[in-house]
Amino acid sequence: MRDVAIVAFAQTDHLRHTDELSEVEMLMPVLHRVLDATGLRTSDIGFTCSGSSDYLAGRAFSFTMALDGVGAYPPISESHVEMDGAWALYEAWVKIQTGQADTALVYSYGKSSPGTVRDVLTRQLDPYYLGPLWPDSVALAALQAQALIDAGDTDEAALAEIAHRSRTAAADNPHAQVGGPVPAGDYVVRPLRTGDCPPVGDGAAAVILAAGDTARALCPRPAWIRGIDHRIEAHGLGVRELTESPSTRLAATRAGLFRRPVDTAELHAPFTSQEVVLRKALGLDDSVNVNPSGGALAANPVMAAGLIRLGEAAARIHRGESDRALAHATSGPCLQQNLVAVLEGESAHV
Amino acid sequence: MSEEPVAVVGIGQTKHVSARRDVSIAGLVREAAVRALEDAALTWADIDAVVIGKAPDFFEGLMMPELYLADALGAVGKPMLRVHTAGSVGGSTALVAANLVSARVHRTVLTLAFEKQSESNAMWGLSLPIPFQQPLLAGAGGFFAPHVRAYMRRTGAPDTVGSLVAYKDRRNALKNPYAHIHDPDITLEKVRSAPMLWDPIRYSETCPSSDGACAMILTDRAGAARSPHPPAWVHGGAMRSEPTLFAGKDFVSPRAGRDCAADVYRQAGIGDPRREIDAVEMYVPFSWYEPMWLENLGFADEGEGWKLTESGVTELDGDLPVNPSGGVLSTNPIGASGMIRFAEAALQVRGQAGEHQVPGARKALGHAYGGGAQFFSMWLVGAEPPTR
Repeated sequence: MRDVAIVAFAQTDHLRHTDELSEVEMLMPVLHRVLDATGLRTSDIGFTCSGSSDYLAGRAFSFTMALDGVGAYPPISESHVEMDGAWALYEAWVKIQTGQADTALVYSYGKSSPGTVRDVLTRQLDPYYLGPLWPDSVALAALQAQALIDAGDTDEAALAEIAHRSRTAAADNPHAQVGGPVPAGDYVVRPLRTGDCPPVGDGAAAVILAAGDTARALCPRPAWIRGIDHRIEAHGLGVRELTESPSTRLAATRAGLFRRPVDTAELHAPFTSQEVVLRKALGLDDSVNVNPSGGALAANPVMAAGLIRLGEAAARIHRGESDRALAHATSGPCLQQNLVAVLEGESAHV
Repeated sequence: MSEEPVAVVGIGQTKHVSARRDVSIAGLVREAAVRALEDAALTWADIDAVVIGKAPDFFEGLMMPELYLADALGAVGKPMLRVHTAGSVGGSTALVAANLVSARVHRTVLTLAFEKQSESNAMWGLSLPIPFQQPLLAGAGGFFAPHVRAYMRRTGAPDTVGSLVAYKDRRNALKNPYAHIHDPDITLEKVRSAPMLWDPIRYSETCPSSDGACAMILTDRAGAARSPHPPAWVHGGAMRSEPTLFAGKDFVSPRAGRDCAADVYRQAGIGDPRREIDAVEMYVPFSWYEPMWLENLGFADEGEGWKLTESGVTELDGDLPVNPSGGVLSTNPIGASGMIRFAEAALQVRGQAGEHQVPGARKALGHAYGGGAQFFSMWLVGAEPPTR
């Protein structure tokens, strides 16, 4: 395997509404920031890959216009996944592993504000048996949370503590949508209260990947991807044990997480209860700094929130605040699909 | 570190039709996947990862359908990726899967593309609402017809060439049991007298709207050695993209298409595509795109593509058969159409194309494009393993 690192990361300020901005307008400043950080131009990039969803945009082929923001002429080697940007990063990492590219630009974006994202996400469900019932994302997460409480894995006070810790951390994150003291609030769907749920908002993120010495030339302290893997579980909630995340555990094993402890973890847990599931699957104890950015409870731009976890973990390594960090992304109802990456600073890898 | 050679050892398609009311979306994709596994004499347990592609989710009204399809495609506990690059997606999906093998991330990968267009109306699904697009731009034909007209004006091609392409592809489809449109009574006169849809494109010169899926099993050198049938080897593959609209864009022969072909030929060591390539499966949703892509892909000089079509070079018994399967003009489950091109190219070099086999085909090109003639994906497959 080639040594590949995240050498730059940028994200928007995540906002409840961005009516005045098209997706391209939201994305462009972020693309410029990662390119400026590395001194690269679009034409220097070996491969470009993005993640987004037509269902958020409310139109087919929404990603095609984003290419205008990239400035894809002369033509570029480019691909797109209809998935969170974390999986676009994975595709780009594979491309670099083939040797066909040494650098990659990865971006993703999502505007949840034009629609009601709770309803939109029901369109992900089995279209014959589950989708017609329109069970929304909060209701499904609440089922999972109740299963955790029933199993003795957590209680409402512990969930409130996760919300409090995340929003307190987010006070130091200038891009966060929600930070500082946030009340636990009323039940949205019992046992989940407003404080247990992510904010709904719009945002975009971008990273640049580079291999070997190219990475060292572009970044004083690259965040090396020591392992990355992703796994999916069955779709039917009735056939899954919702208090466990075997796909996360398997992806983490394949990514080499358990070889040595990490000091930091950026978990893509849109609901407080999902952090409980992930901590268990990943074996994280209190020595690990979990979601110093505030995580998805502070900003959850759908389709970008997973990539932002990779970016936030990498940025801490860039700044020397972490030597070995875990980044996680999720997709689908109740953590159906999960990606785990292990990132390291050079000095930690002897 | 050199790349691992990639072999196609399993291919499966559904019989493409206008509406598969007898199966769910999961049933449709599983049918193609099972056929590919049977062709490769493999089981679900042999598959390390699944890469799935399709065009816009609105076509079935299902957001990110890979989540729902994980069970049907045996992906539980495995990595699953979902690619979407507009009409080129079937090709791009195969290339993403090939990269997983070539990078040695996985050894054996199932790749699949589908569309179940009977779930909605694709023409209006492609017609974006205001404010995204100007009104009266109905369907893909409304977008592409002016570019066909530009080609005719630029090259002076006689207006009969389009009907020749449709007549050829629809006759080829009669030799392909999986093709959607089977019209045994087709005549050139019938093609030419069909109603005009988007001038200069007649109803008989457009692709149908199909339900269908196509799957392939890609594997490494060791996997190919265990294959019960001759594999097809990937000699080159590339994607190129350019924006939809910009000053100076050449819609007739987009630079992204030319660059993509040049990259594939460079990887495969092809110097003279016209002479060295034995069969071409190119993405021709409207008849005139055959001569246009013949030029864009370097099979003919600029302005000369229509002459190859007119003189019969691209017929099944010509010296450069184009779309022996009947092509997109005969079968179009949009998200799968690109992968069908890639798979049909592989069938040709495996010698398994049946009645539409090009005798002795050793090298074949699979081509797909999408969006506003802006996304291109291509691969070149050969009967022998790559030597470089």
